[in-house]
Amino acid sequence: MTSTATPATADTRPPAPDPAPAPPRRGGTSRLHRTEKRWALLFVAAPVLGYLLFILYPTGFALYASLTRWNGLGPMQFIGLDNYVALLGDERFRQTLFNTFFYMIGIPIGLAISLALAVMMNRKIFGRAAFRAIYYVPVISSIAAIAILWQWAYNGDFGLVNQFLAIFGIEGPNWLADPAWAKPAIIMMAVWKGLGYSMLLYLAAIQSVPRSLYEAAELDGAGGWQKFRSITLPMVQPVTFFLIVTQVIGGAMIFIEIQIMTPTGGPEYSTASVVYHIWLQAFRYQQMGYATAMSVVLGLLILVITLIQFRLNRRNAGFVVD
Amino acid sequence: MTTTTLGSTTGTPSSAPTGARLGRTARSRLTDTIVWIVLAAGAVFMIAPLVWMLSTSLKTKLEVFALPPVWIPEVPQWDTYVRMWTDSYVLDGITNSLIVSLSVTVIGTFTCSLAAFALAKMRMPFKNAIFIGLLTGIMIPFPTIMIPQFVMFSKIGWVDTLWPLIVPAIFGNIVMIFFLRQYLSSVPDSLVEAAKIDGASYWQIFWRMIMPIIRPAVAAQFILWFMAVWNDYLAPILYLNTPERQTLQVVIANMNVQYATQRDYPLIMAASVVAVLPILVVFLVFQRQIIESVALTGTKG
Repeated sequence: MTSTATPATADTRPPAPDPAPAPPRRGGTSRLHRTEKRWALLFVAAPVLGYLLFILYPTGFALYASLTRWNGLGPMQFIGLDNYVALLGDERFRQTLFNTFFYMIGIPIGLAISLALAVMMNRKIFGRAAFRAIYYVPVISSIAAIAILWQWAYNGDFGLVNQFLAIFGIEGPNWLADPAWAKPAIIMMAVWKGLGYSMLLYLAAIQSVPRSLYEAAELDGAGGWQKFRSITLPMVQPVTFFLIVTQVIGGAMIFIEIQIMTPTGGPEYSTASVVYHIWLQAFRYQQMGYATAMSVVLGLLILVITLIQFRLNRRNAGFVVD
Repeated sequence: MTTTTLGSTTGTPSSAPTGARLGRTARSRLTDTIVWIVLAAGAVFMIAPLVWMLSTSLKTKLEVFALPPVWIPEVPQWDTYVRMWTDSYVLDGITNSLIVSLSVTVIGTFTCSLAAFALAKMRMPFKNAIFIGLLTGIMIPFPTIMIPQFVMFSKIGWVDTLWPLIVPAIFGNIVMIFFLRQYLSSVPDSLVEAAKIDGASYWQIFWRMIMPIIRPAVAAQFILWFMAVWNDYLAPILYLNTPERQTLQVVIANMNVQYATQRDYPLIMAASVVAVLPILVVFLVFQRQIIESVALTGTKG
C-alpha cells in the first residue's frame, strides 16, 4: 500500500549474499528487508499480544462460558444452549433490554439540539469560544461525579430540578423514585452531558462546508431554512452517522449512571440496563455462566445494529449523491 | 421590519440595492442577538448544575435543605473540604487514579506510537491483516469480555490491585493506533527512506524522526486518553474492594452511598468537585488542542 519503488531497486542492487536459503524468492527479499520486517513485527508486538490476550482469548472464553453453568470459582458444567433458552423466558432480561433501548430516545433529541446549537454557534457572535467551552464542560466531567450530582438534583423535595420547575408553578415528581419518570430523568441527564460533544463535531463539519455552496444558494434566492435543509443537513450527514453509530454503541452499554443514580435498578427495575443486569448477575449473584450468555447476546446485538446502520448509511449516501 | 428599517448603517460597497442590503444586515444583527440570548440561556442550563455542585459543597447541612434554595452560602464551609481530606479516602483515590492514568497513558502512548509507525511506514508480512485484525477489537464491547478478564486476573491474584486496570491498557489502544497511523500517512515515505539510506536504525528513525513529527497528534490523543482513564468506573468497581486501593471515581461513588444516609450532601458534593476539578483544569489549559482533536475524530472517523 505504501511502499515506493525506490527501496526495492536499491536493495536488489547488491546481490544479497545471503547464506540462509530463502525458498520462494519474492521480489526483493534481502537481508535489509528481513531486518525491517523483524523490527516492524517487534514494534507491533505489544498491541498484537494485547489483542490476543485481552480481547480475543476473553471473547472465545466468553463464548464457551456462556454454554456452562458456572459460579466463577468452581468447575464449569457444560449445559449447551440452556442459558440462551433461559434468556428467552427471562422477564428481567427482557425488561432491561427494553429499558436500554428506551434510553436511546435521547440520541435523536440530543443530535437535534446539538445541531441547532452548532448552527447558531457558527455565527460570529460575541463570546463564541466561551460558549463552546461551557457547553463542553459536562462532556469532560467524570460521569460518576455527574451522576452523583444529578441524583441529588433529582431529589423530589430539595433537588435543583424541582426547584427550577417550582418557579413556573410546576410540582415535579420524585424523579428517580417514580417508575414513570426515572427513565426520562436519566435521558435528560445523558442528553445534557452529551450535547457539547455532538455540537463540537457538528460545528467542525459546518465550518468545513464550502462557503460557495451557500453563496450559490443565496443567488438562487434560497432562504435560511432551505439552505439548512438542502446544504447543511446533507453536508453534516457523515457526522450524524458517526454520532448515531457511536452513541448507539455507547447507549447499549449504559451502566455507570444507572448504577450510581439508582443502585437497586430503580423502582420496579425500571432503570436497570442490560449491562447493569449483567454486572448484578455476575458479580453479586455469581451467575457467571448465565451473565456471560447475556453479555454475548449484548455483543451480538451491538454488532448487528452497527452493521444495519452501515447498510442504511450506504443507501442514504446513494440518495444524497444523485 | 425587514427591508428599509435601519437606514443609517452605511458602508456597503456592493452593487446590490441598498435598501435590501441594509435590511439584511439589520436583520442579521437582530438574529445574532436572538442567537446570543438562546445560547446564553443554554449555557446557564449547562453550567448551573455544576455551579450548584460547588455551592452545595460549601453549604452547611441546614442550608442544603433550605427552601427557597440558597445559591451563595452565607459562610462558605471550607471546613467540609478539610473534613473530606482527613476523614475519607479521597486522597488515596487521587493517588490511585494518578498511578493508573499516568502509567496507562505514558506507556500506552509509547506502544501505540511504535505500532502506528510500523503499520504506516514499514514493510511487514500480513501488515493489512494485522491492522484489520486489531480494528476488529473495537467491535467487541467491554461488557462482553469483562467476566472472562475478571476471572483471568483473579486466577493470578490481581483482584483488589491496580494491575488489571493498567496491564491490558499498556499494550496499546486501538483507536489511538488508528489515528496515529492516519496522521503518519500524510508524512512522505521518502523521508523514512532517506533516513534508512543514511544508516539510521529503525529505533533511531522512530525516536528521532517519527516521534517529533507525530507529537501534536500524540499530545491530543494522550490528553483524551488520560481523561478517559481518569473518569473510568466500570472496570475499577469490578476489581477494587479495599477503600485504600480504589480509584477516585469509585471512592466518590461509595461516599455517595455512605453519606447520603447521613444527609451529608456538602461532603458528597465536595468529593465530586474534587473528581471533576483536575480534568476541568486540564481542559481549560489544553482547550484548543482538545477541541481540535475531538473535532478531527468526527471528520476523520
